[in-house]
Amino acid sequence: MEVLTPRTLDEALRLKAERPDAVPIQGGTDVMVELNFDRARPAALLNLNEVGELRGWSRENGSFLLGAGLTYSEAMETQLAEALPALAEASRTVGGPQIRNRGTVGGNLGTASPAGDALPPLLIGDAEIELASVRGERKVPLTEFLTGPKRNALADDELIVAARVRAAAGPQTFMKVGPRNAMVISVVSLALTVDRERDEVRAAFGSAGPVAGLVTTPLTELDGFAERIAAAARPIDDVRGSAAYRRRALSVLTARAVERCLQ
Amino acid sequence: MRIELTVNGERREADVWAGESLLYVLRERLGLPGSKNACEQGECGSCSVLLDGRLVCACLVLAAQADGHELVTVEGLGEDGGLHPVQEAFAETGAVQCGFCTPGFVVAAADLLARNPHPSEDQIREALSGNLCRCTGYAKIFDAVRLAAGS
Repeated sequence: MEVLTPRTLDEALRLKAERPDAVPIQGGTDVMVELNFDRARPAALLNLNEVGELRGWSRENGSFLLGAGLTYSEAMETQLAEALPALAEASRTVGGPQIRNRGTVGGNLGTASPAGDALPPLLIGDAEIELASVRGERKVPLTEFLTGPKRNALADDELIVAARVRAAAGPQTFMKVGPRNAMVISVVSLALTVDRERDEVRAAFGSAGPVAGLVTTPLTELDGFAERIAAAARPIDDVRGSAAYRRRALSVLTARAVERCLQ
Repeated sequence: MRIELTVNGERREADVWAGESLLYVLRERLGLPGSKNACEQGECGSCSVLLDGRLVCACLVLAAQADGHELVTVEGLGEDGGLHPVQEAFAETGAVQCGFCTPGFVVAAADLLARNPHPSEDQIREALSGNLCRCTGYAKIFDAVRLAAGS
């Protein structure tokens, strides 16, 4: 095994093209667990910590460009929390402080777990994922980027550069069901926004299907929305909860989230 | 591969295997066993250290990622070899049972008080939510943090 540590995005893309088997590592909160438990022995690790272009965030018109290396702690800071409240709320529920200081939005996208806490908030923000390789750049809507449990549309020579998200155009919230407040993988989660510009409600669920899913409705057709979300989910029975419980919880969370956002 | 980092103010070098964690380097290669090895998946907080001033689990940092960076471990919290006020408060209140989780709690509490010298009860609980004590000594641990915050 070897570690490749590029200093620029160009260098990172060149290394990824030369070594498509290299596993990208940013905060390490997923990759290191695999290594520590002997579940993975990649031929190479691509350490992205020193690539400045992946850090931080910027504002572009009505959108926010979140670098793949943006940590959950950074997503909780005031300016971003005001523009993307559901993402900030979701970030507060990730792990504990130690995990939030290292774990990143890009890592959540790369791992593409159905339970990834950042994914529902990004979905309600109509996120587009910016991917790059030595061949060029492309933008993929998050709904197409997530292709299955722990699977995404990233090619072997590509890296996740950023997520472009619409700023909240009305109230947003995020809710998560788990056995305690900190350090839990969600049993089911929900992000919801009332979009005053488009007069629609967008909701996205996590841990209730092979991928996090988005459901939208015009503001005038909110009746039965909670049931529609529950019906759109394709949950399974697993150690964290049953499919029936997840459907029921989703419908309850949706009703509460709508109430919270419209009051 | 060889890495070079600053640990508790001192330049240190270590020859490491590419896939090993910073925690392994601290305990097995640099003679700093204060950070404890338990869950190895970021669940327990017993390996909490400050990497470039940020609280992290050393078990989830790839050793190579610490190359060129600055680290403070529980061994380096106090000044001039003395105890950090949080360590004194833990001793004073008896916030230690088996002691295994203590270094992690001490580092997390010190990090909290450095950023927020007068935390509320909720802020203390939130700041320590990434650390587990299996003796369930949380009440005394919270007493210690409140004492350190008052001193």
